[in-house]
Parts: sequence; structure tokens; C-alpha cells
Amino acid sequence: MTAIPLWVRRPAGERVGWLRTVDHKEIGVLYIGMGVAFFALGGLEALLLRAQLARPEERFLDPETFNQAFTVHGVTMILLAVVPLLVGFANYLVPLMIGARDVAFPRLNALSFWLSLAGGIVLYFSFLAGGAPDTGWFSYAPLAERAFAPGTGVDYYIVGLAVNGAGTIIGAINLAVTILLMRCPGMAISRVPLFVWMTLITSILILGAYPALTAALVMLLVDRGLGGHFFDPAGGGQAVLWQHLFWFFGHPEVYIMILPAMGMISEVIPVFSRKPIFGYAFVAGSSVAIAFLSFGVWAHHMFAVGLGDTENAIFSATSMLIAIPTGVKIFNWIATMIGGRLRMTTAMLFAVGFIAMFVIGGLSGVSLAVVPIDLAVTDSYYVVAHLHYVLFGGTMLGIFAGAYYWFPKMTGRLLGEVLGRWHFWTAFVGLNLTFLPQHWLGAVGMPRRVFTYAADTGWGPLNLISTIGAAILAIAIAIFLVNVVRSLRSGEIAGDDPWDAFTLEWSTTSPPLPENFATIPAVTGRRPLWDRKHPELRDAR
Amino acid sequence: MIAARPAVATNRTLLGVVIFIASESIFFLAIVLAYIAYREAGLATAKATLDLGRTAIFSLALFGSSATMVLATRAESGRWLAATFILGAIFLTGQGAEYARLLGSGIGPGSALFGTTFFTLTGLHGLHVLAGLVALGALFTASFRGDRAVRAVAWEAVGMYWHFVDAVWVVVFSVVYLGTLL
Repeated sequence: MTAIPLWVRRPAGERVGWLRTVDHKEIGVLYIGMGVAFFALGGLEALLLRAQLARPEERFLDPETFNQAFTVHGVTMILLAVVPLLVGFANYLVPLMIGARDVAFPRLNALSFWLSLAGGIVLYFSFLAGGAPDTGWFSYAPLAERAFAPGTGVDYYIVGLAVNGAGTIIGAINLAVTILLMRCPGMAISRVPLFVWMTLITSILILGAYPALTAALVMLLVDRGLGGHFFDPAGGGQAVLWQHLFWFFGHPEVYIMILPAMGMISEVIPVFSRKPIFGYAFVAGSSVAIAFLSFGVWAHHMFAVGLGDTENAIFSATSMLIAIPTGVKIFNWIATMIGGRLRMTTAMLFAVGFIAMFVIGGLSGVSLAVVPIDLAVTDSYYVVAHLHYVLFGGTMLGIFAGAYYWFPKMTGRLLGEVLGRWHFWTAFVGLNLTFLPQHWLGAVGMPRRVFTYAADTGWGPLNLISTIGAAILAIAIAIFLVNVVRSLRSGEIAGDDPWDAFTLEWSTTSPPLPENFATIPAVTGRRPLWDRKHPELRDAR
Repeated sequence: MIAARPAVATNRTLLGVVIFIASESIFFLAIVLAYIAYREAGLATAKATLDLGRTAIFSLALFGSSATMVLATRAESGRWLAATFILGAIFLTGQGAEYARLLGSGIGPGSALFGTTFFTLTGLHGLHVLAGLVALGALFTASFRGDRAVRAVAWEAVGMYWHFVDAVWVVVFSVVYLGTLL
């Protein structure tokens, strides 16, 4: 067992503490660490919810605790787990992939991380300060107004999300400038790896969407703190304004969470199919189309509000339209695999699992874009099933694919393949057991966010299956964490390029040097490392 | 005499500032739209209480400060920078006077919908002016030391932010104050 450096290969004796590092790789690891920690917290909250719902008329949690648990579960998973995980990978990988020594603004990068973390800590401090927010992750007005949520929970929600959002916005500026201005010689924007494309598009989405959330939070703060009337119908305000502003942020947020994961599997699938990605320009271009459309679909979260048939029809149409560029990518990935020499590593298993699960979540999403169907199942477990197929079946499986793929680059050691397979199959079975039955529960009318249900509803058995699935998912995550700890200590030494990969991050040491490359590379195509290893088989462009 | 100015297309800092300003624009757009959505409800109060004439004069100070900022940036002139700072401070003083008058007559962020939207919109703009004054002050201090290359970018970056704050006021003044004429 050789002692090898983790995360960054620093010269002997040189130590930079985690608190003051400005290295993009270490900040990336900090982000990932934050994401893992909050994912564990959000997961525990989910287990509490599932335990309470396992049987009808259960009294494991009281209603107030249940409300806090589902609110904080949602906020945690979306803003404090998934986004930091994705931003963390982007931080670590983007400069390596484009042949840069760091991001454009290393110190701002550290600020972004610490603001993001501070926002999360503020939110969780609410538990100690008299009660967590209990108004749902989208915290609708007027429920979130002082009159109906008199505790301090919503105030911590406002400040926590605003601070976290400031960090995320600064991070997006940093990554966008890095990608636009710091690519190495020859690295045209039409040659950057697709993960970099997805990061650029995600950054633009963050810059367009998060300010709307911040504005809404400021207005809610004025209402609650200064007696304002923005969302107060009694004072002439309109509660629906909150919904418009929130979902103008909230829907692009969905793509902020899925596009980077799509970028990850767009790196994994070609390498383990031994082929270039099929239709590079279509993967990138369809994502640009998704980004544009994502700002024009927000009111599909509001079909039941009563905006009017015309508005509903327009937003229904745009929502269905967005399925087209999304579907294009599914075909890109499948076509990449067709005729390839497939290597079914754990990373590849998760990438293929992503495609299958995301298709289910995507199709239920299209069904929800049909106004009459939405009116029938809105606010039911059908919606819960849909969003978890996209976020767990899609994003989280993508993140796991990325974790198995890039762990050797970050640590110098491979993640164990045997435990990896156990991890994949338990996760795959667990997530389907948890979320598939929820489609039926929603269709027969079980509303989301109820703390219990009567025995004569007949919802007990499916809920029990769902809870068993959640327990299996918890086992899957435990297997993954054990695998990480074991592999960090005694995993197989990876070397620089364990997957015989295509892109620049694999051309440097594992883990990379503090400034990434001994000399800045120059590239002539989309697969620079392939070109270097196989000069006789260079890509045409 | 002056070397080539740093350009947005190649300079990281300036591109970062442009992207930041674009993101800030969405933030202000949301607040302005909220004001417009509630304009009808507060129009009578706005017409009765806002002082269009005096605010127009103070607005001229802010608009003029963009001109002095251009001169300051072009010549890297501390004197024009000081003029910009003073004009910005005059604008804020005017806004403070308007606030004092409104609050004195019982109109505050909690009094009615007009107060809520007016104080939120103009207050957030005022905070941005204040941040701009801090940046101008920092640049003024730094302009007496440091090397030229770094300063050129700083002048441009602070200038871009200052023009943005000014441009937001063009919108806010039109919607809030000129809007009372409609």
C-alpha cells in the first residue's frame, strides 16, 4: 500500500489548509464534500418521512415535524446537495478539461463555496432557533407570510437561500468566464468536452434564474419584516406573484440540476463505448435549445392556479416542446453505444441506468404538461414520483456515474468495482421500489405533503413498498460510502489514465499537480488525448 | 498616450463584470415588474405624494455622474472620479430627503401597497448606488498607488458598474416618477 496524495499532488512539505485554499480542485472537493454531507441529511429526512408514511394512521412523527421534514428535505436536496455536487465536479474538472491552470477568479471561487455553505448552515440553524421552515420547498404565499407562518423558520429559509444563491451566482460567473476566456491553444468552443458545454449552459441558466429567486426572497422579507404587502391579498398584493417569480427560477433550476449530469454521462458513454460521441453538435445545440425554452415553461407548475385557458395552453405547448431537444440527447447516447465495444464498468452501468430512469421521469413529465392530466394529479404523489425519477433516477445516477469515472483522477485510486456493482443494483432496485408505486398512489388520489392517511383509503400496501424501497436506497448509499472510504485507503492504484480516455484531464497526473499541467497543452480536435495516443487515427477535426 | 484599453472580449475581469451586470438586470427586472403589476393600486398615492420636480433635479446629478465617470475613466483622473463620487452622494441625499418626507407623512414600506413597492424598488437601487460609492472610494484611494496595468481594468470595471446603476435609475425614474404623469 503506497501513500499517495489526495485531490492535489502538492510538492513535499507544502500544505495549504482547507480554509484558505483557492485551488479549483480543492474547492471542487469542498463542494462535493458539502454536497455529500447535505445529501446524507436530506436522505435522513426522507427516511423519517417514509417511516411515517409506511402505515396508515401512523404517529411516528407529529404533523408539525412532518411539515418541517419535507420542507427541509426538498430545500436540502435541491440547493444544498445536488447543486453543490454538480458545481463541485465542474470546479474540479472544467479547468483540467480545457487545459487551464485554474478558474478565472480563484479567490472568488473560494468565496462562492463559503457563501454556499454558509447559506446551508443558516437554514439548518433554524432547527435550533425555534423550528425549521414548514411551508414546503417552494414556500407559497400567503402561507409563508408572517400571519400564517409566525415562527422564524421562513426567515431562516429566506436568508439561507439568498446567501446560498449569492454563492451560486458568483460561482456561475466564474465558470462562465473560465470557459469563455481560458481555453488552451486549439481548444475552440466547438471542441470542448460536452461536460464543459453543459457547465457553460448551466452557468447561464443560474445567472438568469437565481436573481428572480433572490428578488422574490427580498419581497417576502419586506412582507415579513417590514409589514409589506407584496404577497398579501388583504393588503392588495397577489399571492400568485410569488408563484410566478419562484417558478421563473424553479423551472430553469430543474435544468441546472440535470444538464451537468447529462454532461457527465456524455463523457462516460463514449469512453466506455470506444467511440466518439454521436452527434456532438446536437448534444450541445439541443442543450442550448433547452436553456432557451426553460425560461418559457414556468407556469406549467401553476396550471391549477386558474391563470386561464390561453395561458395554460401556451405553457403546455412550450413544455411539450422542451421534450424534443431532451429526446434528441437520448438518441445521441444510444447511437453512441450502437456498434461500440462496450465496457460495462460501474460508471457505465450508472450512465445506462440514467438513460432508462430519465426516460421514465421525462415521459411522466410530458404527461404532466397535458393540462387535464395535470389538473387531475397536481399536488399528488404522481408529481412526487415524476420529480424523483428525474432527480434521483436522472441526476443522482449521473453523479454516481461521474463519481466512479473521475474518482481515480481525484484520488489516484480506483473505486472498487465489486462494491460498485452492489451499489448500482441496490440503488436501481431501491429507487424503482420507492418511486414507481407513487405513480399509482398519485393516480388514485393520494395528495403529497399529508402526514398520514386513513386505513380505508387502501394506500397502505403501496406506501409500505415505497418505504421498503427507501430503506434499500439507504443501504445503497451506505455501500457507496463504504466503497469510498475503503478505496481511499486501499483502492487499486489508478495511474494517469485508467480508462484509456479521450479528454485532457486524463493527460495529467492523478491527482493533478497544483497548476494542473507541466506545460499547457495544445489541441487539434475534440479528443486531444486520443489524438496524442493514436496519432495515426487522429480525429478529422 | 493611453495604452490599448482592456476589452470585454479578452479581459476576464471585464467579462465577469458584464455577466454580473446581466444577472443583476434580471434581479431588477423582477422588482420593476412587481412595481408595474401593482402600479394601479398605488397610483393615486404616488400622484399625491411623490415630488417629481425635485427628484428630477437629483436624478440629473446621477445622470451627470455617468458623464464625469466617462471622463474619469478615459483620463484615469482622480479629480473627475471625485466629481462622480460627489454627484452620486448628492443623488443619495436627495433620495434620503424624499424618504424622510414620505415617512413623515405616514407612508412607509408597511403602510400600503404603494409604500411596499416604492421603498423596495428605490431602496434596492439606493443600496446599489451606495455600493457604487464604496467602489468609487476604493478606486480613488487605489488611484494614488499601484501599477498602471491593474488600474486600467479597475477603472473600466468600476465605470461599467456605475453606468449600470445609472441606467437602472433611468428605468426606475421613468416607471415610478414619470409614470405619475400618465
